[in-house]
Amino acid sequence: MSDYNVLVGGAAGQGVETLAALIEKAFHRHGLWVFGVRDYMSRIRGGHNFAQVRVADRPLHGPRRRLDAIVALNEETVRLHRDRLAENGKILSDAGLAVTDPALLSLPLERTARELGDPRVAGSLALGVVGASFGLDRAIVEGILAERFAGETLAVNVKALHGAWEWVTRHFPLPLGPRPERDRILVTGTEALGLGVLAAGCTFSAWYPMTPATPLMTFLSDRQGEAGIVVEQAEDEIAAINMALGAAYAGARALCATSGGGFSLMVEGLSLAGMTETPLVIALMQRPGPATGFPTRTEQGDLAFALTAGHGEFPRLVTALRTPADAFRQAARAFNLAEKYQLPAILLGDQFLADYVQSLPPLDFGSLSIDRQLLDPVAVGPDGEYLRYGLTGSGVSPRLLPGKVPGQVVMLCSDEHTPRGNITEAADVRTAMVNKRMGKQAMLSREVEEPEFLGEDGPVLFVAWGSTYGPLREAVEALNGEGHRVGALVFGDLWPLPTGRLQEKAPGKLLVNVEQNHSGQLARLLRQETRIACDRSLLKYDGRPFTADDIIVWSREEVL
Amino acid sequence: MTSPRRFDVQEERAWCPGCGNYVLLACLKEALHRLDKQPHEVLICSGIGQAAKLPHYIKVNCFNGLHGRSLPAACAAKIVNPALAVIVSTGDGDSYGEGGNHFLHAIRRNVDIAHFVHNNGVYGLTKGQASPTMDLGRSTPGQAGGVRSDPLNPLALAISQDAGFVARGFTGEREHLIELMKAAIDYRGYALVDILQPCPVYNKVNTLQWYKERVRPLGGEHDPADRLAAFAQSLEGDDGGIPIGVIYRKDKPTFADRLSHLAAGAALVDKALDPRAARVFMDPFF
Ligand SMILES: Cc1ncc(C[n+]2csc(CCOP(=O)(O)OP(=O)(O)O)c2C)c(N)n1
Repeated sequence: MSDYNVLVGGAAGQGVETLAALIEKAFHRHGLWVFGVRDYMSRIRGGHNFAQVRVADRPLHGPRRRLDAIVALNEETVRLHRDRLAENGKILSDAGLAVTDPALLSLPLERTARELGDPRVAGSLALGVVGASFGLDRAIVEGILAERFAGETLAVNVKALHGAWEWVTRHFPLPLGPRPERDRILVTGTEALGLGVLAAGCTFSAWYPMTPATPLMTFLSDRQGEAGIVVEQAEDEIAAINMALGAAYAGARALCATSGGGFSLMVEGLSLAGMTETPLVIALMQRPGPATGFPTRTEQGDLAFALTAGHGEFPRLVTALRTPADAFRQAARAFNLAEKYQLPAILLGDQFLADYVQSLPPLDFGSLSIDRQLLDPVAVGPDGEYLRYGLTGSGVSPRLLPGKVPGQVVMLCSDEHTPRGNITEAADVRTAMVNKRMGKQAMLSREVEEPEFLGEDGPVLFVAWGSTYGPLREAVEALNGEGHRVGALVFGDLWPLPTGRLQEKAPGKLLVNVEQNHSGQLARLLRQETRIACDRSLLKYDGRPFTADDIIVWSREEVL
Repeated sequence: MTSPRRFDVQEERAWCPGCGNYVLLACLKEALHRLDKQPHEVLICSGIGQAAKLPHYIKVNCFNGLHGRSLPAACAAKIVNPALAVIVSTGDGDSYGEGGNHFLHAIRRNVDIAHFVHNNGVYGLTKGQASPTMDLGRSTPGQAGGVRSDPLNPLALAISQDAGFVARGFTGEREHLIELMKAAIDYRGYALVDILQPCPVYNKVNTLQWYKERVRPLGGEHDPADRLAAFAQSLEGDDGGIPIGVIYRKDKPTFADRLSHLAAGAALVDKALDPRAARVFMDPFF
């Protein structure tokens, strides 16, 4: 089985991202499965940035520690990552760099770029070196350049690619041939989530830039003309959520996206969504906190916050995104559930999921449906009085959009309100309204999804949530392959918490929570809701994602 | 219907006797009536406060949201359903204090809404603390030693940012206020009307009589298209009389005008939604 891991590193501004994206696409177009992660510092120039491109002849779910090649755009890259290079691994770097290493393949990248008259083609030279080293098909790689560049820029980049290709002999045998079928996509978590949001018919979104939620809103913003939607950059996150609520009230499917700091500002608005029974989807893309924390890194530190954010009691859906494909499906589902039960839905992602890139089968748009559960204006008619917060037998007040029925008005009210939507202080109305709102929580709990079970039933059961799915899946598969009978439950829906599968699987097993936070927030939630306590914890809060190796090594030492 | 009574609702008013809100409400109903609006065609957004209770006392659509946050909600509702006449009717604390940042950005965004600020100089609902428009030095239940900050001048601020419709009204001048409201609702873009109103309970200085002695309706001699003249008027205080009327007016492209795809297609609220229509967005990822 082939499984290679290439690191591209350099300073911010040196083109690490572009080069990594080109390499990823080149492998992807050969029908290989790609998994790429990014490690950026929160700055525009300098510092150390790197990307890891992992490629194999089978689907991949996480990053790997060991490296087979390092493409170093500066000396620091070699210094920082040399210890992870495999025994027969190679370092590819420019001859001008002060690197001496037996694994070094020193290349005249900069000189050649200068000779070609454009220093910016150094990236294409490096791409050529990588492509030729791995025995890729040159025509395919050229095609990828043609998707990115045009005219003279393309010509000089193609020339660079050819030059590099000829220069290199094959160092890494990989059973490759051109694979013309384009039946797989290469997407980040953000892109898959964005495609889900578009498929769900989200017509209005409002945001204020904050990493790692920004790429989602840029994705939507870039497509707003073609999709016929509005993506508005608000003056702050408070405005963003109140805009989204105004839009939802008027009839849009509305979205906000932010990270922890921005979500903190949105909290009063979240409570307003709960009180006014206004459907809203919030993508909460976590990064390490508290306060500004690690802006460009990953953590699962906001689960407890998402579960309880907002004053007062109100129902909500909290769903963690496990993979890009899951993000696509969950986005569409969240919009449906938010409208069905008229409540806020929080999609919990993180920087790791937002930014990693993965080869996948195409997303199935045909499998999604849009279910708005709105009152038909014709059925309402002008007679009688429409009651926005009517206490009907169904437990959910029928929702009419404003402006659609002559003679009828739609009241939204943040004070406790009567069925019509006027301010009240009556004790019996208050009790009935609280019961109605919280009753929706009970209805929702009947359709939450149980966690996905991975691996085998055996003495050890991991529990996890969200983006740790990928690394944990690879770890469980590897451990199963070594004969260890271990399994994992990975939660997507977290509130209301589905408890059936946990209760069925947990008895008699050593329970280990694997989370990217310090306090084991999932374990706390499971104990609170089921009285099932985890026996051991594998927690990581250094801002870097888990690799399968981390989990395997820890498990061998601690629980197997 | 030929009377503003179509906007009446049976709700007990939580306002004190003599409150300017009663007049403001009656004027708003009359303005909507003269504009030939029907209840379902109008949306009033408000925050929290005594003023913000207004949409409960008139039969129109209502978004009574959070303290300070009605402008963003109103702008978005208008963007989604341009057929609605969207009005924000709420307090001066709400508009200029808690929601001050939204005020600045509503001017920039220029969504087609009318913003009626009930300016009584105090936070009525929370029992009389100073609002941002209260004069320096005045003692209140929250400012025992007197207000220590200079008052905000909302009109000068709006004109400085080139808001397209900037006006001042007064609840003691009903006919004048009705016509101002009509013009503001009719105006295409963000229209600010700061409305002077007495608070007989908590503002014992700026009474109805106090204002009556000072307000000065702007006449034909003032050209609202002249921005510098407008700015000068907005700086006038009680010495030279307090000008009321349309102080500044300029036609500008609205938010929707600046987004070509909004102008072209169906309103967002009426857009047909189909997941398969989004499949094309996956094409570049193969
Ligand atoms: C976030 C938040 N902070 C504070 C309050 C309390 N509060 C309610 S109304 C109000 C001030 C109202 O003053 P204004 O907007 O001028 O309206 P008025 O009552 O004078 O009409 C305050 C501070 C609140 N409801 N929400």
